[in-house]
Amino acid sequence: MESYFVRKLIFDEKSRSLLIQTLVIGLFALFIYLIAQQTAYNLEKRGISSGFDFLNISAGYDISIRLIPFTSEDTHLRAYFVGLLNTLMIAVCGCFLATIMGFLVGVIRLSSNWLFRNIAYVYVEFTRNVPVLLQIILYYSILLHLPKIKQAIEIFDGFFLTNRGFFTPSPIFKEGFSIVLCSFIVAIIVSIFIKRILKKKQEQTGKQYPIFYINSALIILTPILFYYIMGRPLEFDTPVLKGFNFKGGMVIRPEFLGMLFGLSIYTAAFISETVRSGIIAVSKGQREASQALGLKNNLVMRLIVIPQALRVIIPPLTSQYLNLTKNSSLGIAIGYADLVHGFGGISLNQTGRAIEIMLMVMLTYLTISLTISLFMNIYNKSVQFKGNA
Amino acid sequence: MTAFSNQSLMRNKYYSWIIKNLFSSWVNSLMTVVAIIFIYEVGTFFLNWAIFGADFRTNFRGELITDRTLCSKNISPGEFGACWAIIYARWDQFMYGFYPIEQVWRVNFVYVLLPLAIIGILFDKLPFRKYFIYFTFIYPFLAYFMLYGGPGLSVVGTNKWGGLLVTLFLGVTGIGLAFPLSIVLALGRRSKMPIVKSLCVVFIEFIRGVPLITLLFTANVMLPLFLPDGVNPDNLLRALVAVTLFQSAYMAEAIRGGLQAIPRGQIEAAQSLGLNYWQTTRKIILPQALKIAIPPIVNTCIGLFKDTSLVLIIGLFDLLGIGRAALADMTWTKLYYEVYVFISLVFFIFCFGMSRYSLYLEKKLKTDNS
Repeated sequence: MESYFVRKLIFDEKSRSLLIQTLVIGLFALFIYLIAQQTAYNLEKRGISSGFDFLNISAGYDISIRLIPFTSEDTHLRAYFVGLLNTLMIAVCGCFLATIMGFLVGVIRLSSNWLFRNIAYVYVEFTRNVPVLLQIILYYSILLHLPKIKQAIEIFDGFFLTNRGFFTPSPIFKEGFSIVLCSFIVAIIVSIFIKRILKKKQEQTGKQYPIFYINSALIILTPILFYYIMGRPLEFDTPVLKGFNFKGGMVIRPEFLGMLFGLSIYTAAFISETVRSGIIAVSKGQREASQALGLKNNLVMRLIVIPQALRVIIPPLTSQYLNLTKNSSLGIAIGYADLVHGFGGISLNQTGRAIEIMLMVMLTYLTISLTISLFMNIYNKSVQFKGNA
Repeated sequence: MTAFSNQSLMRNKYYSWIIKNLFSSWVNSLMTVVAIIFIYEVGTFFLNWAIFGADFRTNFRGELITDRTLCSKNISPGEFGACWAIIYARWDQFMYGFYPIEQVWRVNFVYVLLPLAIIGILFDKLPFRKYFIYFTFIYPFLAYFMLYGGPGLSVVGTNKWGGLLVTLFLGVTGIGLAFPLSIVLALGRRSKMPIVKSLCVVFIEFIRGVPLITLLFTANVMLPLFLPDGVNPDNLLRALVAVTLFQSAYMAEAIRGGLQAIPRGQIEAAQSLGLNYWQTTRKIILPQALKIAIPPIVNTCIGLFKDTSLVLIIGLFDLLGIGRAALADMTWTKLYYEVYVFISLVFFIFCFGMSRYSLYLEKKLKTDNS
């Protein structure tokens, strides 16, 4: 009887898998238990207290780059949110810029001009084979070597390039600007309706309407009209050199610009490769068929090639966005106050709550990553083949 | 007559190539002109900076450059060329870190043998490949003994290691250790056992969802907390743990892609021959899956090699860390571009080499299978 039981454990697939899994989970639990016990012992021995109560203590350090107000008296929890917002800001700006650059370079890589093609190729190979951290540091040191504030380079009226950042005029919204904004939003909604109605008419009658021009005119002209009706409720505060610094306007710090350039130039190289392979993946027959139908070149691109290429491009594009977001944690190397630099670095050093803080930081990144994949998966589904294909 | 000469010109393959690729339409011709101007401007600027107008060991007066004030650009305002003297002066640090100079031959020995250890894995038609593979397995122990020391060799602590040595150590060891781990993870993720599968999925997705820098921080700060008193891994080892775990998750995904590409019939055929799970996996599935997965694996290796530069943030001196240390030194400060361009070039050579190898493999796989 006993030997039967043992034999069943070894040779019967179901009981064997049960045995293995019990062993695995047992070993895993033991591993966790040992680590937890050892950690508790080590913490006690070093006199490190644990818990999340430190989040309510005032942080005691200042963060120069912030989207919400923050002073050194604010709590660590607020420092966490300041860092999180900075991470999200650089991630969103970086993804935006990287996508534009990546699509541009990807199209240039397929250009009929041999020189353009190869300039883009050299760019791609050089940027994607050099660590992004090195690029961030390099661009940052270039930015720090711009002229001092006294000798600022003025690119346009009111835009100054200095080693302390990029000074630009800041907008001042006066009373009535919200109405201009509303008119803009209403114009967009109306234009969507116009598009639908005209499309339907086109399908019924076959007559083509200049939908694009009508809608662009509507979206651009309406806010301008309201802007003048409301008595021009928008003014700009231009930075003026006074003494040792600029007064007024706003400044984009070199840390932010360094991160932005580093991340987007690096990621754009990868995106351009996915764009290129996506466009190549659209079979030649599709292009020839649409040309045979008499479509113009730009229409072939817009109606036939791009929609099909997107199906191939979206999944790798998602992982590039994820990489960019994760790489934004490198801000610590040049002092960009993101989640890892402020909360994960300075707060950790001040409170010593390594486990809690690293856990929070990691879970935050995990949440951001999962959210991005979720939304990109939804978008991906919307561009995939519909029907039974 | 003109028609004839045109035809004969068109037959000239260089001429037709130029027409087709550079001057096919007026837009194309315009682009060519713009591109030539761009290449000329950028090219002359860079070449003047990096080579023709640059100082190598001596400045324009012929003096040996020993600190930054002797660079031509710091003597005469008209000069703008690079000052490569910093690379010469810090060469040993870039290559070996703070390794004792009289022991450096040991590092050189390891560097020289590294290609021999790798070549057997890279090319499957190599003559005497078997012996190269044997050497691959001996090499890590030999390298460890030579670098760290032991009986007959003085001990050089890892805190003395730096520069290319740390970069290569983390890259090569990280990849080497992650490889078996990633096979286990990839097989586990495809396993039918729900608990094994979910553990692997959670591990892989967790590691892939967080930035490497947080893993490095965690390893650096928390590893000593997890371990008993006597065991205290040094900084390099902690970084190695983080890098290995990180790499194994990415590599596991690459291998999983290979596993998924194996047709179901292969497994069924193996089972009908009476092979059990391990025999099927070891003899039928893995050899085929790994072969398909090598190009994506190499791509993750390129990523890891670049990511080793992150260890400077936890205070290790890899290539970039050594570069920054050189710039922090008052005698050489402000020569940013020289240092960063040099380090970029080193990384570029390694990564570009790996990506070429990956392309070569992809081409080879295509021809093998058809």
